[in-house]
Amino acid sequence: MDQAMQTAAPPVPQPARKTKQNQGYWRRFGVFYLMMAPALIILLLNNYLPMIGSVIAFKNVNYQVGIWKSPWVGFQNFDYLFNASDAWKITRNTILYNAAFIFLNMVVGVAFALMFNAMRSRKAAKFHQTMMFLPYFLSWVIITYLVYGFLNPEIGMLNKTILPWFGAERTIDWYTEPKWWTVILPIVNTWKGIGYYAVFYLAAIIGIDQEYYEAATLDGASKWRQIWTITVPLIRPVIIVLTLLQIGRIFYADFGLFYQVTRNAGSLYDTTLVIDTYVYQGFIVTGDVGMSSAAGLYQAVIGFVLVLCSNLVIRRISKEDALF
Amino acid sequence: MSELTGKRKAYSSSEISKPADAAINVFFIIYTIICIFPLLLVLVVSFSDEKTVLVNGYSLFPDKLNLAAYDFLLNDWVNVVRSYGISIFVTVAGTLASLAMMALYAYPISRRDFKHRGVFSFVMVFTILYNAGLVPFYIMYTQYLHLQNSVLALMIPYLIQAFFVLVMRTFFTNSVPTELLESAKIDGAGEWRIFAQIVLPLSLPVLASVGLLCTLNYWNDWFMSMLFVNDNVHINIQYRMYKALQDLQYLSSNSTAYAAILAQNPNFQMPSETVRMAMAVIGIGPIVFAYPFFQRFFIKGLTVGAVKG
Repeated sequence: MDQAMQTAAPPVPQPARKTKQNQGYWRRFGVFYLMMAPALIILLLNNYLPMIGSVIAFKNVNYQVGIWKSPWVGFQNFDYLFNASDAWKITRNTILYNAAFIFLNMVVGVAFALMFNAMRSRKAAKFHQTMMFLPYFLSWVIITYLVYGFLNPEIGMLNKTILPWFGAERTIDWYTEPKWWTVILPIVNTWKGIGYYAVFYLAAIIGIDQEYYEAATLDGASKWRQIWTITVPLIRPVIIVLTLLQIGRIFYADFGLFYQVTRNAGSLYDTTLVIDTYVYQGFIVTGDVGMSSAAGLYQAVIGFVLVLCSNLVIRRISKEDALF
Repeated sequence: MSELTGKRKAYSSSEISKPADAAINVFFIIYTIICIFPLLLVLVVSFSDEKTVLVNGYSLFPDKLNLAAYDFLLNDWVNVVRSYGISIFVTVAGTLASLAMMALYAYPISRRDFKHRGVFSFVMVFTILYNAGLVPFYIMYTQYLHLQNSVLALMIPYLIQAFFVLVMRTFFTNSVPTELLESAKIDGAGEWRIFAQIVLPLSLPVLASVGLLCTLNYWNDWFMSMLFVNDNVHINIQYRMYKALQDLQYLSSNSTAYAAILAQNPNFQMPSETVRMAMAVIGIGPIVFAYPFFQRFFIKGLTVGAVKG
């Protein structure tokens, strides 16, 4: 750097030339700043100014005196958060559910993609893909209605029709018994999202050169063997990247799933409260600004590290898939 | 979808055996039923007789069908139509504004001769990395911008999504030839003109897929309404559905229609379960009709997005 400046800088006329260059630069690129201005303003409002607001996690917020004049309390809010059993519970729920979701998206997604690819009738494959994609386009509110149709304790499909088929003696009060939700939530999440993952993996499978399969067939490899020795190894980078992207976001739960589908039932919180719903519940409903902003910052910081790490790993596998 | 599946040539050598194919077909037929069944159930219940539903439970084959639920909602059509209006307005205006702003940001950072493109790309990327979370965001919108009970609060939060901007940037870089931009500049075209007449027309695929995802985001959103709307006017269709499921009281206490019916017939009982489901059907309708079309573009978008990951 120093060296470059020494050799490049001519002694006297430099300032004049520099302003002239600058004028040229602004004339040429100034318009770019104008183009970016609207988006920058929105980013400022939505993202950057709230980032400064993260400091309220270290304050005892009192709306009477205003946020900025509220007293600093150091890590007190975090002390409360981590001394209550809440922090452990919401962290555990968030990570375990997301881990289950990531695993199911990968295994079921790849399995569906392999089956679509194997189907003889393209028309049938296309039809089923289209149907499978339907839940992906529905909002969590609608999904909640659909789930409620099954789980309504008095007249829902499960208690009234399906469980009696299997000779169940008692009905289950789904919205008050937490243990069932560790199964229900992964099913609902996979049902909603699998269309996306299956099609993503299918696109990768279709991109594989047919010659591999022809050669394998000539060598007498069975179809099953071809799947394990050609298809799966060749789409492995896609599987890894897609999974890493999700792992980077393992600390962020899907608010809609956990808030809507569970109908935010308090008696289910043991197995359904995640960081995002905890922050919402604490802040909007209970009004505990300190604790929820502490939980929010905790999520933001760990989330930051995880996204950064997953991106670093993705970069090493496939540079063009990395965010930066 | 045809882009994905149509390309494959049929290699008889690589085809699976007939029984295996039949097994897969059966599997997917069952899975397709699992995908449609819940929607059908909601649809049928909304047309069922309330008393039958209360006795027999939700069923695809109710003993009695009637239109009581829709009759009830029809009395209340002003609210439903207003909610639809808000959803449509926010979706259309939001998507257009969002696309314009994001494309205008993506273009400069796609230009290799723009010195600060790295800095401004990072400004975008950082919003993915660090998310301040709900509390400061909410305080910003309510204490400083005072956007409660305003359609702007439903729109502005989703205007700029960093991931889409990066996808657009990649598309502009890869698909708009630099020579084309340079020759336009030599011909005396300004940056605005180059953007509008060269970059945008060449980028229709990416604009379509990003626009589609924005449309979906806006249409399906209820969270911003839950955060910022507490009056009865600015309720979009998703939030209205949420409220209807949340408490049945909402359907009756908010409905002027209900009061009118009660005045005529004091013994009137609202067909609550079926009205709920009718509300859901009204909300689901547009998405079910739009989605086969959506879905086709969406798959195209996947391949566009795949460039970026």
